[in-house]
Amino acid sequence: MKIKIARYVSEATTQEKNVEYEVDLNDITLLELLNEIKTKQDATLSYSSGCRSSICGSCSMRVNGREVLACAYKVQDGDFIEPMKNSYIIRDLVVDMDKAYEFNTKAKAWQKALVKDVSLSEQNQNINELQSDCILCGSCYSVCPVYAVNSEFLGPFALTRVWRYVSDKRESEPQSKIDIIQTNGVWDCTLCNECTLVCPQGISSKADIEKLRMRSVASGYSDPSFASSFGSFDGSPSF
Amino acid sequence: MRSDVLIIGAGGAGLVAAINAHENGAKVRVINKEYPTRSQTSMAQGGINAAFGNASEDNVEAHVQNTLKSAHGIANEEAVRHLCESAPDAVEWLDSIGVCFSRTKDAKIAQRTLGGASAPRACYAQDYTGLKILHTLYDRCNALGIEIVSERFLLNLVIQRPDKADAYIGGATFLNIRSGEVETYEAASVIVATGGYSRIYDKHSTNSTSSTGDGQAACIRAGARLSDMEFIQFHPTALKGSSILISESARGAGGYLLNSKGERFTNELAPRDEVARAINEEIQKGENVFLDIRHLGEEFIDRELPQERKLAKLYENIDPVYEIIPIKPVAHYTMGGIEVDENSRTKIKGLYAVGECANHRVHGANRLGGNSLLELVVFGKQAGANAAEYAKTFDKEIDTSKQSQSDKNFVVGVKHFTNQIDFYEKRTFIGNIFYNNAGISRDDMGLKAVLAAIRQIQREIPFMGPKDKTKTYNTNLVEFIEFGNMVELCEIVLVCAISRHESRGAHYRNDIPKQNDIAYKAHTITYKEDSVLCADFVE
Repeated sequence: MKIKIARYVSEATTQEKNVEYEVDLNDITLLELLNEIKTKQDATLSYSSGCRSSICGSCSMRVNGREVLACAYKVQDGDFIEPMKNSYIIRDLVVDMDKAYEFNTKAKAWQKALVKDVSLSEQNQNINELQSDCILCGSCYSVCPVYAVNSEFLGPFALTRVWRYVSDKRESEPQSKIDIIQTNGVWDCTLCNECTLVCPQGISSKADIEKLRMRSVASGYSDPSFASSFGSFDGSPSF
Repeated sequence: MRSDVLIIGAGGAGLVAAINAHENGAKVRVINKEYPTRSQTSMAQGGINAAFGNASEDNVEAHVQNTLKSAHGIANEEAVRHLCESAPDAVEWLDSIGVCFSRTKDAKIAQRTLGGASAPRACYAQDYTGLKILHTLYDRCNALGIEIVSERFLLNLVIQRPDKADAYIGGATFLNIRSGEVETYEAASVIVATGGYSRIYDKHSTNSTSSTGDGQAACIRAGARLSDMEFIQFHPTALKGSSILISESARGAGGYLLNSKGERFTNELAPRDEVARAINEEIQKGENVFLDIRHLGEEFIDRELPQERKLAKLYENIDPVYEIIPIKPVAHYTMGGIEVDENSRTKIKGLYAVGECANHRVHGANRLGGNSLLELVVFGKQAGANAAEYAKTFDKEIDTSKQSQSDKNFVVGVKHFTNQIDFYEKRTFIGNIFYNNAGISRDDMGLKAVLAAIRQIQREIPFMGPKDKTKTYNTNLVEFIEFGNMVELCEIVLVCAISRHESRGAHYRNDIPKQNDIAYKAHTITYKEDSVLCADFVE
């Protein structure tokens, strides 16, 4: 099988070249294929990987323009492999995730204080069971179109993480979490649903953002873009 | 770049230590070779043991006795008691910071049975227990503003050796993987939390490709001791082709092990060493071995074992709801590691170790499922607090220049190695000969043959080296240094395994199948003197 990989030089994020590799293997994951190339053909090819079982989130990249985990994707003849978007490309398929991870801190995605003796039912657990499956692979961050216009958008995974804590019975101050996500947060999302489609864990950040919007509205916030576009509207006809 | 406490590794042990060092007033810096949520801890599925008795009657004493029994006489009973008695508090602490554990109908933390346990004792979060613990710890570190530096590869510890006084730690050197530069971080105390070394078995391991024993290798080079390195746990059920783990909870829930004739041949819930050996014997007889969970039903499998179903489909084209899963035992956990005392201290002042890389003498010759996540919380807390305490009164000089220069020279020099021998081929070769001769079943002749091969490879290392000469993000270079660390540890594992003329737990000698308490109820201690490897048995 033949595949093509976008190789990038390190100093700039300009593309160096697309390199074609031919490997005599079939029915394997993309990660197995990359390992084959690295160990047998071209030791200079750079990519990240770890657990091989879709849980560490290291090997996210794009195939034919779509975000995948290399260890969870069965590679096909003719596939085109590229690094993730919206992050600085360090080399080849490796991007710098520091900025993306930083949004967890900016969104204050954690439980405000330690709590003891809060009893959680199965129902309470079900509320954020899926959201706490997030592996921080960054696929949603790569596919999100909002970064084209707002590089400070808190982004899909960080907002899902906020919902994971806001919805948790153990969070003593959920309102403080809602306050933080009003700027560069829930209202900047276009609800395009791309994040949902690429998530390897089946999480819908779009749905979580909608839930956060409802909580925001319930606590007195409103969509700022909606408010501003009708800002001069006082109810009287303007003709 | 100085901190009070420097923590190397951002898995569960490192992050728990960081939180506790921070809470004890220290300025903490965590450095890791990946990112803080990508460590081996994320892969732990089964659970974390604590004798709550939420699912049925249980008590701390039973937890202690199960752990000691599985350890085959070489666990430290006091350490085990401390571990088990601290377990309920440890899990309650995780619950208090927001870990999303599965719950029972009466709103308690759900528990299930793992091998070797007399009661359902493992608290779990579906089969994502490690993932959810690790990510919540990471969030807690963010809440506390703890500095985490990513993609820095540990090269060496910086040891200060004053005349007529004890050696002490002064920091560590790292390869900045992104820039290719050597960086030196000074610290009053250092906690090594770098994980295990199961990847010496290469593809015959459930572990992340990062479990290359970097911390153990750096510690023995620096003058610390390693202990019980021959004790390596083989997990009974990994997918046959890819060595991907199928959690013990599959057997805990009632899964069967079958041979090619469809017969059960062992007690599926015996400790891991026994089950792994039973499977290995079937395989030696020419049988294929399968895990059968079909009778558990689709609903149960999707609720409790969703990862297993996904991975079996992906790697083996098998749907466990309808088909039996081909499996084999592979290297999973390294009981041995950096020798520490009851306060997580190594031989070197200010140097601590915790988690899988350390040997707190709680697992002995065979670890119980559910005790490793527990260990990293209980001892991570202790190591963090002690390292912070030590740093408070630290007032000595630190001079890192010598180590720093030596490692800079190495990183430049290694690119001039001749590359006549491919180290990736040798890595695969070592994995194979280790699996077949220094794995589940060992004998004197096989071990010695592997040792001869390893010593030959040590001599050949200058003829290997990275093919990639680039500075930026050179994973070929990183993998070569990891390979060097593994080769260093391979020799130690073999010397220990050859010296131990008995069978005990995970160390099974088919030429000497009996346990010999008179001669070997002791720990194997290894260290280097003038770069020569030495081994002793110490009680």
